Amino acid sequence: MTASLQDPVLSVANLRVSIGGRMEAVRGMSLAVARGETHCMVGESGCGKSISALSVMNLLPRGIIRTADHIRFQGQDLLAMSERQMSRLRGDKISMIFQEPMTSLNPAYTIGSQMSEVLERHRRATRRQAMDRAAELLARVGITAPGMRLGQYPHQLSGGLRQRVMIAMALMCDPELLIADEPTTALDVTVQAQILRLLQKLQQELGLALLLITHDLGVVARMAHRVSVMYAGEVVETGTVADVFAAPTHPYTRGLLDCIPVPGKTQTGEPLGNIPGVVPRIPPGFAGCGFRDRCMSAAPECAQAVPLRDAGGDHSYLCRLPPDWTRVSAA
Amino acid sequence: MTYAIEVRNVYREFKPPGGIVRSGRPVRAVDGVTFSLPAGDVLGVVGESGCGKSTLARLIMGLLPPTSGEILVDGRSLTGMDRRERARLIQPVFQDPFSSLNPRHRIRDIVGLPLASQGDIPKARQVDRVMEMLARVGISSEMAERMPGQLSGGQRQRVAIARALVLHPRIVVCDEPTSALDVSVQAQILNLLTELRRELGLTYLFISHNLAVVEHIATEVAVMYLGRIVEQAPAQDLFRTPAHPYTKALLSSVLTPDPALGIPDVGLGDAYPDPTNVPPGCRFHPRCPSAFAECAATMPDNIRKDGRLVECLLATTS
Repeated sequence: MTASLQDPVLSVANLRVSIGGRMEAVRGMSLAVARGETHCMVGESGCGKSISALSVMNLLPRGIIRTADHIRFQGQDLLAMSERQMSRLRGDKISMIFQEPMTSLNPAYTIGSQMSEVLERHRRATRRQAMDRAAELLARVGITAPGMRLGQYPHQLSGGLRQRVMIAMALMCDPELLIADEPTTALDVTVQAQILRLLQKLQQELGLALLLITHDLGVVARMAHRVSVMYAGEVVETGTVADVFAAPTHPYTRGLLDCIPVPGKTQTGEPLGNIPGVVPRIPPGFAGCGFRDRCMSAAPECAQAVPLRDAGGDHSYLCRLPPDWTRVSAA
Repeated sequence: MTYAIEVRNVYREFKPPGGIVRSGRPVRAVDGVTFSLPAGDVLGVVGESGCGKSTLARLIMGLLPPTSGEILVDGRSLTGMDRRERARLIQPVFQDPFSSLNPRHRIRDIVGLPLASQGDIPKARQVDRVMEMLARVGISSEMAERMPGQLSGGQRQRVAIARALVLHPRIVVCDEPTSALDVSVQAQILNLLTELRRELGLTYLFISHNLAVVEHIATEVAVMYLGRIVEQAPAQDLFRTPAHPYTKALLSSVLTPDPALGIPDVGLGDAYPDPTNVPPGCRFHPRCPSAFAECAATMPDNIRKDGRLVECLLATTS
């Protein structure tokens, strides 16, 4: 463990989320995010990454139950907090940005009124102070003429500008932890690069702990310090980005990396690697590896509990295979 | 030589919705596009949202008439072509397999509809062809009895491909066919499309915002910006030596999974393109990192050289 992780901003241990007793969405997820660190959760749709983030914020819909050994934010136990205490924290010390900025902004209010509300509510600031802070942050996220933007409505802004507004709004109260759920998925590629650069710059300047949720391994490689690869509600592999991309060890991580066409590397027209089958839904009482039905290296023992193995450093993965299995099977 | 698709100086305008509040300028979604696509090739069309790539696809499928210009498919003009005849030539695969399949019909009926609507194919023959095509795309006969809601996204996209191919068309227009799918499923669908093209000798018009996907599947690539093709070249050339500043910016914004590289600075500034208000001169100049004074005044010519088209004053001067 790195020194910074001994006192993480956010620490989640053994989180389990069950949907109406019919489906296990998260099955024992643990992770820690340190100050000044970007931690990416990556996985395909339905792997439990968004619902894990919502569990941390205690924003789960009715009928969805979370349990965990602990969820700690700056040493405080979030599991023990009342809804009132949580709502004081949300938008203040913990902020969140979502994929689709159009649906997360209220179309009936101006940018300025939505942004200043955050500060008025959490800091009892006056409208004047809040508006000044909003203008300052809009400038900081690269929006020109912030004074004019404050008076505009969300529909008057482009998608990239709206996402900048969302980021500025999330920063109103100087959060310690920023959770960003697919913040650039709905944007064009050139705008995506601009927004990611902005997030990275702010993260470094403000020393934020950034938990970034994405399905895009390209975003992970370029943004993250650490990565947790999720599959069927579990973190199947975790480590520093350098370690995981240099030596992906879980069969799912390897398969996922083989699926991506890379200009200049994958040959045009040659078949891409692929993972057969589809992502399973995990019923209650399921045991063993969630990936075994799609795994090339599956064995009968995969139906039993799978060990968490150490791949050196703080790189670990959830699989029966030894760390050097790829070299053994290639030989 | 007969081309699979020939597009000759095509324009398409949309009038803004008539309302009490606004009567805005018309939008020229496709603003003078010309290209020819030889049979058996894959033309990848890339560009950001609002650049007109989907409108171009709908024009080529005959779902929209052009405001002016002409489109030939397999050497014949689309204007006045019978719908059934057009359906035998060119077929679509759309982005969202959740909305492009009728949720109340069985899979075998969905795939059979193009055959049934031809009106002259015997029922028994229709059933054979449906089953044959479903098997080819990896959908079992048991799944053919199900409804779309019982299938995963990848399986639905396979069904959409089977429906597109059941009439044995020459050309398939794929509009963002893998954008709604997960990466592992995207790879399955791309591999299937590549196999089918080889086996059946198909021509694809492949529209995508994902340059890595286009590089993988296309033989020729056209880059669109605000309704025009600003660069077109054989895929390898375009990716190896992009000429237009916009192509360069698009390529630099591809995030390959390489942790040694950071987030690129694409250098485009914040002037987002607005199709209702196209800038004078070169339409890309407000965002262009290489723009000079003349770019704001002079619309660049199409420079065609060595099988490549570039619409940029830099290409004219050098």
